Amino acid sequence: MAEAVTARSEGLVGCQRCGRVWDMGTPRCGRCGAKLTSRAYRNLGTVWFFWALGIIAYIPANTLPMLETRLLLTTSDDTIIEGAWKLLTHGSVGVAIVILAASVLIPLAKFAAIAWLALSVQHRLPSSPKWRHRVYEAVELIGRWSMIDVFVVAILSSLVQFSVLANVKPGPAALAFALSVIFTMLSALSFDSRMIWDLDDDPALAGKRDNLTAVKKTAPTQR
Amino acid sequence: MNDSRPTQNTRLACPTCDTLYDVPVSGGLTCHRCHTILVAPARRAGLLTLLIALASLGLIYGAITLPFLTIKRFWMSNDATLIQTALAFEGPLLVLSLVVLALILILPALRLGLTLYVLTPVVLGAGALPGAATVFRWSEALRPWSMAEIFVLGCGVALIKIVAMAEVMFGPAFYMFAAAIILIWVQDRLTCRHSLWEAVEHG
Repeated sequence: MAEAVTARSEGLVGCQRCGRVWDMGTPRCGRCGAKLTSRAYRNLGTVWFFWALGIIAYIPANTLPMLETRLLLTTSDDTIIEGAWKLLTHGSVGVAIVILAASVLIPLAKFAAIAWLALSVQHRLPSSPKWRHRVYEAVELIGRWSMIDVFVVAILSSLVQFSVLANVKPGPAALAFALSVIFTMLSALSFDSRMIWDLDDDPALAGKRDNLTAVKKTAPTQR
Repeated sequence: MNDSRPTQNTRLACPTCDTLYDVPVSGGLTCHRCHTILVAPARRAGLLTLLIALASLGLIYGAITLPFLTIKRFWMSNDATLIQTALAFEGPLLVLSLVVLALILILPALRLGLTLYVLTPVVLGAGALPGAATVFRWSEALRPWSMAEIFVLGCGVALIKIVAMAEVMFGPAFYMFAAAIILIWVQDRLTCRHSLWEAVEHG
């Protein structure tokens, strides 16, 4: 594959907010005011920090009750998985699949995807460029949709308010789950995607971590 | 500032993958490496975008004031407005109410307001308003956090979950909110960020 002409290879730095290019070493974009970084390699620490917080919040999100349902005299506290299981056994297979996909499959896949992309950049893991691009696009596109379960809980508990007959209350897992989604979004947003495409360009350097430090030496002013 | 570096304003770097491009004289530009739209094909859709943003704000205003969802069970019926739905979390979970309210209502409306601030002078041919660049940068940064469309799909899921135990009806606010989301989506597609940045830079 021919090496792509990037802002960095031309000695320029591109603004990630507005796309304007500046000479390498310019600290801030003169058009939109965003901080300029050729490659935010140091942000990987932030990526891992929020990634870890996301996982920590995801544990109570699954062990604590998401919904407290009171029907006449019976009360049930359901975790996400228990709620989905009940839906399955009551025949609502479609909704159960949506809930399971949004609250279990997508979050877990997102943790794995961010970790894999970060490790690919840090340790130059061998993988096909196409796969890396697709995984990144998927994280960008569907990561936010996990929040749907929190919204469903809000809608149910504001609607189902029939005093003693039927009552739905949100459980503490809703907060943990929302935090987990927010932390993983912050993790993904801290990730500088340009480093993923850099991996396509230098297959000869695969496995050599000092490639990145070499780049840093040629451009000492980048932050 | 531009005069000292005349060549660089004719080029742009893809924010996703850093590929460098010459800005085409006409037509759109999509990154060949990561498929990010860098220059929208309709660069002069400013007026249309402006009208759509105004209409979306009007619809959101209606969606706040009118009934959103109604549920019927036994001899009772219960209305919920959009704001009541967002504020469903109480006590120790109160902070979550504020987060939900921000994600589904405040941030989408704020982004529309910021868009109007940046876009109106451009469409009218006047100079950019003070701080337009900062305002536009913030509007772009808030994009992933504006989750109104996810909330509307959530209404569908919630509906299917309770349809067995109660009758649920969508109020006028639901349709207005859904229409606002479609308009916001269209507006997002129509907006040529590159042209708007250029307009903000050159006044």
